[in-house]
Amino acid sequence: MSREIVIDPITRLEGHGKINIFLDDSGNVERAYFQVPELRGFEKFSEGRPAEDMPQITSRICGVCPTAHHMASTKALDELYAVEPPPAARKIRELVYNTFFVEDHALHFFFLGGPDFVVGPTAPKGERNILGVLGKVGLEVGKEVIGLRRELRELIALAGGKVIHPVFGLPGGISRALTEEDRRKFVAGADHAVRFAEFSLQVFNDVVLKNPRYVEWIVSDTYTHRTYYMGMVDRNNKVNFYDGDIRVVTPDGKQFLKFPARDYLKHVAEHTEPWSYVKFCYLRDVGWKGFTEGPESGVYSVAPLARLNAADGMATPKAQEVYEQFYSTLGGKPVHHTLANHWARLVELLYAAERMKELAQDPDIANPHVRTIPTATPKEGIGAVEAPRGTLFHHYRTDSRGVITFANLIVATQNNAARIAMSVDKAARGLIHEGQVDDGILNLVEMAFRAYDPCHGCATHALPGQMPLRVMIHDRAGHIVREIRRD
Amino acid sequence: MSKPKVGFYWCASCGGCEEAVVDLAEEILGVVEAVEIAFWPVAMDFKRADVEAMRDGELAVTFLNGAIRTSEQEEMAELMRRKSQVLIAFGSCSHLGGVPGLANLFDKEAIFENDYRTVPSVADGDGTRPLEETKVREGTLHLPAFRDTVRTLDQTVEVDYYLPGCPPPVRLVREALAAILAGKLPPKGAVLAPDVALCDECPRKPSKPDKLLIKEFKRPHQITLDPEECLLAQGLLCLGPATRSGCDAACISANMPCTGCLGPTGRVRDYGAKALSAIASGLDANVEEEIAALMDGVVDPVGTFYRYSLPASLMRRKVRPAVEGKEGERT
Repeated sequence: MSREIVIDPITRLEGHGKINIFLDDSGNVERAYFQVPELRGFEKFSEGRPAEDMPQITSRICGVCPTAHHMASTKALDELYAVEPPPAARKIRELVYNTFFVEDHALHFFFLGGPDFVVGPTAPKGERNILGVLGKVGLEVGKEVIGLRRELRELIALAGGKVIHPVFGLPGGISRALTEEDRRKFVAGADHAVRFAEFSLQVFNDVVLKNPRYVEWIVSDTYTHRTYYMGMVDRNNKVNFYDGDIRVVTPDGKQFLKFPARDYLKHVAEHTEPWSYVKFCYLRDVGWKGFTEGPESGVYSVAPLARLNAADGMATPKAQEVYEQFYSTLGGKPVHHTLANHWARLVELLYAAERMKELAQDPDIANPHVRTIPTATPKEGIGAVEAPRGTLFHHYRTDSRGVITFANLIVATQNNAARIAMSVDKAARGLIHEGQVDDGILNLVEMAFRAYDPCHGCATHALPGQMPLRVMIHDRAGHIVREIRRD
Repeated sequence: MSKPKVGFYWCASCGGCEEAVVDLAEEILGVVEAVEIAFWPVAMDFKRADVEAMRDGELAVTFLNGAIRTSEQEEMAELMRRKSQVLIAFGSCSHLGGVPGLANLFDKEAIFENDYRTVPSVADGDGTRPLEETKVREGTLHLPAFRDTVRTLDQTVEVDYYLPGCPPPVRLVREALAAILAGKLPPKGAVLAPDVALCDECPRKPSKPDKLLIKEFKRPHQITLDPEECLLAQGLLCLGPATRSGCDAACISANMPCTGCLGPTGRVRDYGAKALSAIASGLDANVEEEIAALMDGVVDPVGTFYRYSLPASLMRRKVRPAVEGKEGERT
């Protein structure tokens, strides 16, 4: 008799998620489904809105990474109005964007990835949370993370007006120049950020890399998929979050595609399944072959690990050093181990902090010339950035007054949706045998998605808390035959 | 004495309201000292079943953010209402419908047709759409029903207080928590924010003319913005005159106009109508043709005046043909 395991809702996820695991007669996994049960319809209701309002409207897609949507949208407006922002405006945008990356990535490592990774997968369940992380690294560090985050978020608000849903992006620039005093605040914040990033890598080194069991666990097959990888690169093929071409590498690490954002429709397509509101992205060049990996499948991955795989290195010196250490430790490029995302995120954290400092030190940041007034008749614009959890595309068409007639958005997590579904399925298959389901599988199955998307829930993991979960095993008639609780 | 239990929940929202709570930063540690957080899916793994197992009214206060769009959100709103002594609509979406409420200009069919068939990234697909129930080889999978209309929280269940804003400013969250802990909440139904218009706290107030004479509406990307002068005086559609204060003029500090996220001041039933009337009174036009010509400069009246409040407005949504015998049905 077939049975079904439902994990609903999964937690420490931004938004709602649900995992359904079907077992065969002998109690082994037939298939696990990862479902997203929500939809808000932003693309449709963007129609009729003035294009210049889009950076503020689309930021409401995600209040955890509003800066990413705001920036992708603003870049789409630059193209829509065929207008080039003055150098100071471009630099301030990138400065704010890297500031946002630092606070976002730092928080993930200590408060979301941390419970699974720094504390460890087999630690007592009561320690797999922020308190456990603090137990390892000290209470002072917790206050340091909260303090750093506050400082950086105040800087984002200083430039953007608000940190949750910034308002400063306009086609051809930004709404307000920064003063020399503002610039100095960013320099101080950047210094703090670089120190913090180095400290975070030290923690990772001491707690994780010096533990052979952890390293073995990172490279285990249960958390490994050989897919394509996508990320934005600068002209030297180094990782860049704000601007550049989109590069895709094959599962064996060779360049497969390199294209400007405006060509995204030639290469990115979306597949729909009836059992989830999320659409699954795939490479049009390869085609949708189902939830499978390898060079024949169009499934690809984005976010920290994918960005490192898709690039030739980091554009700042300290980050480049740890980038090299990352690949020499994990056996060369590309790395296919999903859990390596946690380390890759710290490599990016250091890069974002270093880049923030480079930009903040540029006297141009305090240049008052931050606007180019657009004069062209708007028609179509496409903008892309790397959001913390992957490549983000905004595509608009307007009438001659700049009123939206069409919008299409490819959102970061969507790029990863197919691989996340595969990872949950594979983890369940690797962990559940002959109907044996115990407390341990719950965290391990959840970790399969959490590595991709630690941003989910970054709003709130500042709070210590238990992570209870409930797994119900049903028979076909819907009767609960067994219930496992982790309270 | 045991600490009062507090719940947080989200419906159709973006997570920004959760961030707004965490932006209390160091102060959040004091909150955790004073209350027991008994439900907060984004941070803690207490489940729906844990809430169902509570006795009615066991939660002293619940902060609920997000609009109501799916069957699951309706069920959760009803559950949280039953278990909470005080239910607070937190943020624009639960207060007024919020930005996702602009979806009421369309319906489920238009959204599905667009998202799953028309947009070019899915256009060569087979037209598959998400279904409430899907039979797969291994069994049956379910999704919550997606309604035609976005609702505010108080169109779904009874609400005691409102914390306005997109997201609510940290200052208002702090003051609301202090009032709750001190047992000094105002009369039921209150909006927990100052009852004055934003213009009153705007740093640019001195440059606001006594009588506005708007000759032409400008859009923010079209002109160089003076960083000191009243934005209305510069011809921008700033909604400060109609919008409740409490945000310290955050958007205006970045040299951008107020878009109205804190909603109306007290005694205003329809925010958009009030905002339109406030702006219209400043037009430098007297005859109908002049007024019409001037108002043509507002390219998206509904999205401008009802950016955050379409579901709460008198219109609520785009008109649909009446369907006989279906009155009251949730669509």
